[in-house]
Amino acid sequence: MDTGLLIEKTILVVVIFAITLFIATYQTYMERKVAAWLQDRVGPDRAGPFGILQPIADAGKMFFKEDFIPANADKWLFIMGPGIAMFTASMTGAVIPWGPPLEMFGRTVVLQVADINIGILFIMGFASIGVYGIMIGGWASNNKFSLFAAIRASSQMISYELAMGISIITLVLMSGSLSLGEIVQQQHGMNWNILYQPVAFIVFFICSIAECNRAPFDLAECESELIGGYHTEYGSMKLGFFLFAEYVNLFISSAVISALFFGGYNFPGMDHFSGNALAILGTAAFFAKIIFFIFVIMWIRWTLPRFRYDQLMHLGWKKLIPIAMINLLITAVVIGFNSGWFTKKSAKVKQTEKSVAMMPKAKVDAQANYKINFNN
Amino acid sequence: MSSAQDYLPLVIQGVVALGFVVSVLIVTHLLGPRVHSKKKDSNFECGIESEGNARFPVSVRYFLTAILFVLFDVEVIFFYPYAVNFKALELEGLLAVILFVAFFLIGFLYVLKKGALEWEK
Repeated sequence: MDTGLLIEKTILVVVIFAITLFIATYQTYMERKVAAWLQDRVGPDRAGPFGILQPIADAGKMFFKEDFIPANADKWLFIMGPGIAMFTASMTGAVIPWGPPLEMFGRTVVLQVADINIGILFIMGFASIGVYGIMIGGWASNNKFSLFAAIRASSQMISYELAMGISIITLVLMSGSLSLGEIVQQQHGMNWNILYQPVAFIVFFICSIAECNRAPFDLAECESELIGGYHTEYGSMKLGFFLFAEYVNLFISSAVISALFFGGYNFPGMDHFSGNALAILGTAAFFAKIIFFIFVIMWIRWTLPRFRYDQLMHLGWKKLIPIAMINLLITAVVIGFNSGWFTKKSAKVKQTEKSVAMMPKAKVDAQANYKINFNN
Repeated sequence: MSSAQDYLPLVIQGVVALGFVVSVLIVTHLLGPRVHSKKKDSNFECGIESEGNARFPVSVRYFLTAILFVLFDVEVIFFYPYAVNFKALELEGLLAVILFVAFFLIGFLYVLKKGALEWEK
């Protein structure tokens, strides 16, 4: 990798990281405004015009709060918990294709930090490591409420990961690739996966809300039962990291939903544009989709009541996994049917027949004799 | 196809993310005030006196869920390489996978019948 590309990638990483943090910060503002709007209130309106500076003020306040560690907590694990949560949350953005390539300073800049061929597995992997942040943080606090919350959160997240994994496999069957860049390219124009895989979308959507620990799946931090959940004992930016990681995860899952099912940066009529205009419009379309999904998830939070724990497990294991599995089988059979595996002779059989036909006569006879001998 | 070089940006991403996390944790540690007292440093418990330790065993159902997850997640992971090569493997591959799914479902039904996922009782 040459130095120019390395510098380009570094700048891209920093810019995307800054945008992710900015959006995560302003999601707190958006959440409060959406909640206020849905409940017929005004919401934050004191800091700056329309309260636009509220998230900055909140972040500033967090920095100047006491960095509290309980006396009988495990000190290092207590610090590591929020660190892991934030680190894993900020790693996942690396494989998402943010837009079509941009022409800049005579270079073609691909708006994706790393187009690795296991993009989806990378995101799934880091989402799973994110469980450790909550688990370690909750356990290290040495608080009963935190411990219950940590156990609830981890068993909820691993339960929903199964259905999520299966629903992604359905998409991989269609696209034949695990690379997010390629999956998005295949949905060119209006050829979005949602048109073919509505069931997989619903399963994936529910699971990603559960993975983010968002209401109605926020059993890990339900105030009425567990005070604050796994972050009961946390203060200052350590608490901030847990909250921040949740919002970054929300942003990234909305981005993944848009990329997998809603065409990512593709939009209808994109063939009329090219070059930088396409790149800018595509990125704008992608962000519009992301913000739409963030809004929908917030809307769900302020509409639905919280699940009971057994209902949560029931939905995850007994509903979503079988639905995702049946959807997978149906998809596989339909693709096979469309490729003519059941009606015509498949290409593989043809290939063997062809090779038999091309063999010298004597060899075929020898093979036939061999078969007869074998049967005898 | 991606090569080892494609993973280099991920290392950069990791360094940036780690740098951010560590520096913020250090800054917030230095900035805030620190006041210690016996009562304040104890764990929060609804405002009453803290009883005992939070290192106690929890319901076995959570562990059961975790074990079942490991089992089924391994099965799900096996699907990924198959799904990528799905179109190349054709009918033969499909039949093999249907057999695999059958095993998966039999195991799943067994778990359900055994009541491993019943939380009400």
